[in-house]
Amino acid sequence: MDDAILSLTQPKVRALSLETIGMTKIFGPLVALDDVSLKIEAGSFHALLGENGAGKSTLVKCIMGFYQADGGSLLLGGGEVNVRNPRDARAMGLGMVYQHFTLAPCLTGAENLVISRADAPTFINWAREKKRLDAFLERMPFRAPLDVPVSSLAAGEKQKLEILKLLYLDQRLLILDEPTSVLTPQEADEILGLLRGMTERKEITVVMITHKFREVTAFADSLTVLRRGRMVGAGKVADIPTEEMARMMIGDTQIAARAIRSQNAAGETVLELAALVAKGEEDKDVLDRVNLKIRAGEIVGVAGVSGNGQSQLVEALSGQREIADGRILVRGRPFEPTRDAFFKLKIFGLPEEPLKNAAVPRMSVAENMAFRSFDRPPNAKFGWWLSAAPMRARARDLISRYRVKTQSPDTPIGDLSGGNVQRAVLARELSDEVDVLIVANPCFGLDFASVAEIRAQIMEQRNRGAAVLLISEDLDEILELADRVAVMSEGAISYVAPVGETDRATIGMHMAGHA
Amino acid sequence: MSESLASTEQAMDKESAVRDFFARLRRDSEYIAIPVLALAISAAVFSLFLLAVGKSPIEFFQLVERGGFGTAFSIQNTLQRAAPLILTALAVAIPARIGLVMIGGEGALVIGGFTSAAIAIPMLERVPPAPTLIIMALAGALAGGLWVGLAGLLRHARGVNETISSLLLTYIGVAVMNFFVEGALRDLTNPNKPSTKPLGDAYMLGKIPGTDVHWGLAVGIVIALSLHVLMTRTTFGFAARVTGGNPRAAQAQGLPVGKLIVASAAIAGACAGLAGFFEVAAIQGRANASLAAGYGFTGILVSFLARHNPVAIIFVAILFGGIVASGGLVQRRMDLPDATVLVLQGLTFVILLVSETLYGRFEFFRDARGSERT
Repeated sequence: MDDAILSLTQPKVRALSLETIGMTKIFGPLVALDDVSLKIEAGSFHALLGENGAGKSTLVKCIMGFYQADGGSLLLGGGEVNVRNPRDARAMGLGMVYQHFTLAPCLTGAENLVISRADAPTFINWAREKKRLDAFLERMPFRAPLDVPVSSLAAGEKQKLEILKLLYLDQRLLILDEPTSVLTPQEADEILGLLRGMTERKEITVVMITHKFREVTAFADSLTVLRRGRMVGAGKVADIPTEEMARMMIGDTQIAARAIRSQNAAGETVLELAALVAKGEEDKDVLDRVNLKIRAGEIVGVAGVSGNGQSQLVEALSGQREIADGRILVRGRPFEPTRDAFFKLKIFGLPEEPLKNAAVPRMSVAENMAFRSFDRPPNAKFGWWLSAAPMRARARDLISRYRVKTQSPDTPIGDLSGGNVQRAVLARELSDEVDVLIVANPCFGLDFASVAEIRAQIMEQRNRGAAVLLISEDLDEILELADRVAVMSEGAISYVAPVGETDRATIGMHMAGHA
Repeated sequence: MSESLASTEQAMDKESAVRDFFARLRRDSEYIAIPVLALAISAAVFSLFLLAVGKSPIEFFQLVERGGFGTAFSIQNTLQRAAPLILTALAVAIPARIGLVMIGGEGALVIGGFTSAAIAIPMLERVPPAPTLIIMALAGALAGGLWVGLAGLLRHARGVNETISSLLLTYIGVAVMNFFVEGALRDLTNPNKPSTKPLGDAYMLGKIPGTDVHWGLAVGIVIALSLHVLMTRTTFGFAARVTGGNPRAAQAQGLPVGKLIVASAAIAGACAGLAGFFEVAAIQGRANASLAAGYGFTGILVSFLARHNPVAIIFVAILFGGIVASGGLVQRRMDLPDATVLVLQGLTFVILLVSETLYGRFEFFRDARGSERT
């Protein structure tokens, strides 16, 4: 009885349903989307699962009008629509939250909201807009500070503001592309919980691209799985166990067994960071006295919300960023990141997105594999004359040992797929004796099979006695691989604990910077 | 048994090497096809321009052919002009390989030419010609190297944009030369154009035997080939290519990025400085405002058209040498102002820059069996 009255007094269902029928998109020889039909009920929280390259982003880009599908149709709220460009999508109530923030950082929240409107006037009557914004916030289940510049907000607040912006623009179907990668676990849970509440009240429909099963089971009610451009499964979240989801995502691909951790006791301290300071733009301390010790035969995983100094730490260690103060010690001796020191102290690195950070796309696979050794015999005679033959011979050997799929050693490395570039770089960095290994988001953007293989390689280096510094935005990766967890927050290490003596919640608290 | 296995393996290796070779040939032909296309389009657009001003494009290209390449005389004239273009193009190409856009060749040419002329003054009549010319050449190259090396140093040490600084250094270089040529080093016996003291016939650089072309052409070709070897076959070239292809990767490998940048800029400046020396020692016989004849700027176009490949630069420089050489004939026969050739060069450059966006767009040049992309 009460419910009936409530439903009468509330506005009618505002959420949109979405359906694609036979959606197909072809890029040259590649069929990115192959006859994908999916159905998303109005007011559902729908998870779109799939590996990298499965076609998830192609699908949403077709829906949002960034791409024109080569075949198939799109139904919104039951009627067929033709989305020719993103502006059309917006007018129809489709909104998208991207992996990275799209707010203008120097403007306040209010300014960001108002200028995002398609009908934003040339002269803005702020008093009136303010009133309208207040009225709008009244109706919202959550809020974000609107009076301070966006750059001063925490990541969780920015993400809320991104979502508020879409709601302010009256978008009733929100597509979220891995929305939690920049958030702490607590922030992620809060935001997804709020969205879930809105879908339950049928105010909006949510489509979330993700690869985190935890978020799917906790928040989504239905899901669709894509693999190699095809729809391979769909249903209610409650009916599908996560093992089944994983199986649908990867198909019959064999996954290497989980990396085995040998039970050797960690040795002496090999890499020590002592009060390391580095400057960023405007002389800000992006690294603010980082202290950390890593012993031989252990993996120290550095967790943290992205943008808290992790990438600057990697840069400082690999010579890409000047060290303003403090010291790096290797086996007790001061270390300068020079080519000679890397070689003598056997320091190697696996950066994130290797094509961007560790390879030269237009140079050949063989040349890229020789980055560490091109200036030493047998590759270099007299210290300056290059011999191509030993370089290629070694490349052939590495290509077969690390199963790099390339047409020949002379193929430009930029022509290889992401997993193969990563394997080529892995071969270069791990084929010699390794004492110190610096790894940053090594599995970013790779498929399951490559991820398992690369994690096994990292673990093997640890088991052989290397000191491994693993910096990762993926907490699950750290919990799987690391012996000790360190949390980085605002440019400093704020927490260190053995992996067995801590948990997700504690780590999350420290990631958020209040503990 | 094992021997036969080894020989089949060798045969397979050979076969795959042949296959690789053709795959590479097919890929690399893109680097020739697109610049040639750009040249063809430039010629077409320029023809429209000529039609618009009421001249015959056919006559123009016939005159360029005759004035640049038609007779033994015109070919020698062309090669004469190609010599400085090879060197000034190299001054663009070497920094380009390391990822820098440096366009200070004109300034380095002027500074190099002026320095070699200036250093010769006290040596004339005292030191024999051969050692004098060698010292002049070294001084010119050194001065040019320091001049553009300064732009490299500013880039490395202070992050100053090397394109802007090298261009502005050009104007300073011309002004420095004018300051001395019109002042302290002016040859007062010459009432016409302010110049340094002439070298005199005895101290002029000779011709390549059997031709009318000075030694600058031979030296330019040798330097272009040497720099090609430097960039492809030495550790310096490898490090430079890594830096040019991806500076972050170069830093992460501990390569001395700063030193490489300064060294490349200095090599570039030395090439252009040497071009200045040849202009003084083989053509002008003295340093004056005629040194700033635009070879440094045309060299930019030559290098871009050759895709910064030192060997290709030799051929493109000869092509442009021909266009420059035919300028006079075109001017006289068709009654066109001499800026006409500049219009052609400008058009070509713009169209060439647009053509840069075409790489990778044509399916034909892709490896048919290329590795799968995701």
